[in-house]
Formats: sequence, structure tokens, C-alpha cells
Amino acid sequence: MKWTALIAVCLTGGLLIYGTADMPDWGDPASPASLHVSPRYIEKTVEETAVPNMVTSVLADYRGYDTLGETTVIFTAGIACILLIRRFGK
Amino acid sequence: MISHFYDVIVQTVCRLLIPFIQVYGLYVIAHGHGSPGGGFQGGVILGASFILLCLSHDIQEMKKRLSRRAVLLLCSLGVIIYSGIGFACLFFGGKYLDYGKLHQILPVDLVGARSMGIFGIEVGVGITVMAVMVSIFLDLSSEEKEKGRPE
Repeated sequence: MKWTALIAVCLTGGLLIYGTADMPDWGDPASPASLHVSPRYIEKTVEETAVPNMVTSVLADYRGYDTLGETTVIFTAGIACILLIRRFGK
Repeated sequence: MISHFYDVIVQTVCRLLIPFIQVYGLYVIAHGHGSPGGGFQGGVILGASFILLCLSHDIQEMKKRLSRRAVLLLCSLGVIIYSGIGFACLFFGGKYLDYGKLHQILPVDLVGARSMGIFGIEVGVGITVMAVMVSIFLDLSSEEKEKGRPE
């Protein structure tokens, strides 16, 4: 059984590596990500949000839901640690 | 296990350093608009300053400044600030987290309101990250033993 598992893992890994051949080059200006949303963020950030730091405007404004989720994840992690580690009712 | 020792040099250096670390953390949060930084990074720096106080002095010493209850409240307060700003935008007729609508209550124009909204949520993120860092450290280090140094 271990050999079949190893073969399955190798096949899946090989498929994934084969799949990366279709990905655009790193930092390719003609890739869809660079053509679609990035120019809009670069051009409109200061105009729309008055924030000179593009990263901040994308993080907190254009992708605000994402950051809300991240904050909630951190909050949940803290609460989970409290529930798991802290001793109650002594 | 770390033996209990109190070192004058360590304590004095940390006592002098911690206020500056905290001011730097606040600066990183507040200056996230113009430079690398923001809520997550600044919150971690603030949390680290409290952990340094724990390590150099005593857990009791830290609890005088930030009690367990306060830490727990701050954990939730950050998320409440964030989602509260979102709901405030909803209240003033925009979409959720559409900060532009906040210009009705803030003394700035529509674009400035977006900037202020971003700052508001960065503060919320910073508070949550700081409190969670401190909370996890307190739970891991003390085992509810209130006296003595972290072990």
C-alpha cells in the first residue's frame, strides 16, 4: 500500500509541476494579472483614496473584506488558544 | 526551565527601550498610509513590547498595565472597530466597508473619508493583533500562575 501512495503522490506532484509550465513568467507585464486590475490600482489609488501607499489602499480598501477576514482569523486564533490552554474554574 | 533572576542591566535597558518600541509601533500603524507598515506590523511591534516587559520584569508587572480582562476586551474591540466602520458605511447609505460615505460625518471630502476609513480599520487591526499576541503569550507562559516570571 505504501508504494501505491508514493506513486500517487509522485503523479500528483508531477502533474502540478507540469501545470506550472502554463503559468505566466514571474513579473510578466503581459500576464492577465498585470493587464487587468493592477493598472487600475496603480492609476487610481491616489485619486480615489488619497493614500500614497498602494499596498495599504489595496489591503484596506479594494480588498477590505479580505482584511476583515484576516483580522477575524487572528481573533479566532486568540480565542481558540484561550479556550484550549487557559485553565478555567479553579 | 529558566531560573528566576533579576538583572539590573536587563531591567533598566528594557524599561528605557519599551516606551520607544511602543511609540514606534504606533508610528508604524499611523504611517501605514505613506510607508511600509500598517495594522498587522504595528500591532505585532506593540505586542512585542508588552512581551518584552513580561520577559524582563514579571508577569505581574505587565498585568498592572494590561490585565487579562483588558487583553480579552481589546481582542474583540479591534474586530468591533473594523466591522463597526463597515456597518457605519452601511448606515450612511453605502455598501459594506465603502468608506466614502463616511464624509457625511467626518470633516473631510469623499476621498479624504476613504483615507480616514482606511486609517480607522488599520487601528482596529492593530489593536486585535496586539491583544492576541499578548493573550497567546500570557496563556503559554504562565499556566495561570499569577506570581513569578514566565517559565
